Amino acid sequence: MIGREKPEATAVGFDRPLLLTARQDLVGYAGGLTGRAVLFSIAASSVLAVLLIFAFIIREAVPFLLRGNDAAAGLSLANLPTRLGELFGSDQWHPEASVAPEFGTLAILAGSLYVTVTALAVGVPVGLLTAVCLSDVVPFSVRQAVKPVVELLAAIPSVAYGFFAVLVLAPLIQKHLDVPTGTNVLNAGLILAVMAIPTIVSISEDALSAVGRDLREASYACGATRAETLLRVVIPAAHNGIIAAVLLGMMRAIGETMVVWMASGMAAQVPAPWWDLAQSVRTMTGTIAQEMGETVVGSPHYHALFVLGLVLLVFTFSLNLATETLLGRMRRQGGKKP
Amino acid sequence: MSMRTLKRLAVAVGVLAAGMAAAVAQGPAKALLVDGSTTVGPIADAFAEALMRKDPALSITVKKTGSGDGAKALVDGLCDIATMSRFMKDKECKAAVEKGFLPVAHAIAMDGVCVVVHPSNPVSGLTADQIRGIYAGRIANWKEVGGTDAPIVAISRDTSSGTYETFDGLVMKSEKMAAGVETVGSNPQMHVRVSTTPGAVGYVGLGFVDEKVKALTVNGIGPSKKAIASGVYPVSRPLFLFTRGYPELGSTIHTFCAFYLTEEGQEIIEAKGFVPLTNY
Repeated sequence: MIGREKPEATAVGFDRPLLLTARQDLVGYAGGLTGRAVLFSIAASSVLAVLLIFAFIIREAVPFLLRGNDAAAGLSLANLPTRLGELFGSDQWHPEASVAPEFGTLAILAGSLYVTVTALAVGVPVGLLTAVCLSDVVPFSVRQAVKPVVELLAAIPSVAYGFFAVLVLAPLIQKHLDVPTGTNVLNAGLILAVMAIPTIVSISEDALSAVGRDLREASYACGATRAETLLRVVIPAAHNGIIAAVLLGMMRAIGETMVVWMASGMAAQVPAPWWDLAQSVRTMTGTIAQEMGETVVGSPHYHALFVLGLVLLVFTFSLNLATETLLGRMRRQGGKKP
Repeated sequence: MSMRTLKRLAVAVGVLAAGMAAAVAQGPAKALLVDGSTTVGPIADAFAEALMRKDPALSITVKKTGSGDGAKALVDGLCDIATMSRFMKDKECKAAVEKGFLPVAHAIAMDGVCVVVHPSNPVSGLTADQIRGIYAGRIANWKEVGGTDAPIVAISRDTSSGTYETFDGLVMKSEKMAAGVETVGSNPQMHVRVSTTPGAVGYVGLGFVDEKVKALTVNGIGPSKKAIASGVYPVSRPLFLFTRGYPELGSTIHTFCAFYLTEEGQEIIEAKGFVPLTNY
């Protein structure tokens, strides 16, 4: 008995005094406080970075919005309506013209829209079907092998996709669809779809898997076939995650730069007729990437590019917020039955 | 402290001060500020690099803000050399004279832009007006300029490239390009697009013309080094350095402005895709 007590006491460390001295107390308190402060500032720095990006882009965009065509004139709110009218009321983008430069962004906004919608039209069905197939159709071992391979698509650098678009896909489109130019909406849309598919597959597969086995079995027990279970039960139950997947894929498509720069043709026009996907367009990202490099700092062109950047940022930011909300709902639903 | 130590100290301080004064006096003479054209910028960059490698005490800063801003900076005394892809305008010359100096031009190279099409295209030459018509959207089919019945895919460069500036100034003459004109970001990409698109027309620097694309004659004159250097080819222009008066012989400014006359300078100009005025 006596022999056992002693080692036990030292093992738990009861030889340390329970009462701290005032100095130890202070050191411990200060240490805890510093630790919290360091961790907080690290966490806050990324939030701060986002805020600073917003502040910087707005600061650089404002001179264009508030200044008339005279570069020397001061800023004035009175110029805002005409500037907005010019930006969003015209499709003529001639920022570097020596006589009467024009800053109409309609064609560029339309270009972003065309490319993104085409990418989603191809990528969403393919991505969703792949996700359904992986989660509910093929055996688990196949899923374990295929999913990483699909996700690997996301690891290919976008400039490699761009080269593929220009060197391989563009001549193919020209030859087989018999259109004059191969760098067009279709080309950019197809490549962007391939780039968005890993995101869509990965997240919507997660959402489908998160729908519990109990729901599926309950459905089978009611006499539903496998297809009915999938379409009427599993997919509706996973809809938040699936929509989030689509939105994330959309963000990938709308924010992608290198590929659209190389594959879209970069012609600042709205396709006419509107359904002609074989025409070249130009996107916001491509325009910024192409023109920012040598633009004279402080010129209207420079600030106009920041306005485009602001539009893009607001767009992706709101998409991101929507995705976060939906993903949050999916996570909450994962635990309890809907 | 003895008298001797004091003397020694005084001498040391004197030497130090003299050294610092010399360094201060030498500093500005060895620093060179170059500002101006984005087209000439790459040549100026490479010149600066080569000269600084030869003389490590030299410090040359090259800024690329555009020909107009370069001229303005030269007149205002904000730079020593202005790089310009055009000659000074009357207004700029007048401003310089009012400031008390004569702007002196040093032509250092020629810039030529070749209009290229797919090798299968039967068209072998266009006039400058026809090219302008194509890029402005007035001519949309190859049969209008003597080719087959196929739509023209006009491809231009991004507005920030010097090649675009040259083409815009010499062919478009400030007329705006049509919205349907595609743009690419580099000479190699232009080369790829034109060589893979049968209906395409584009323009590249002379260094990018090979058997995969066909260079057209412009107003009947084919692009060759000789035609560009002699200024016969219509889409060519001289590139200038401008200084405040003719630089003092042997000064850093003079070395920089005369560097194009050296063999190394010629190699740099050729490597950057321009046509040198010398022939070694």
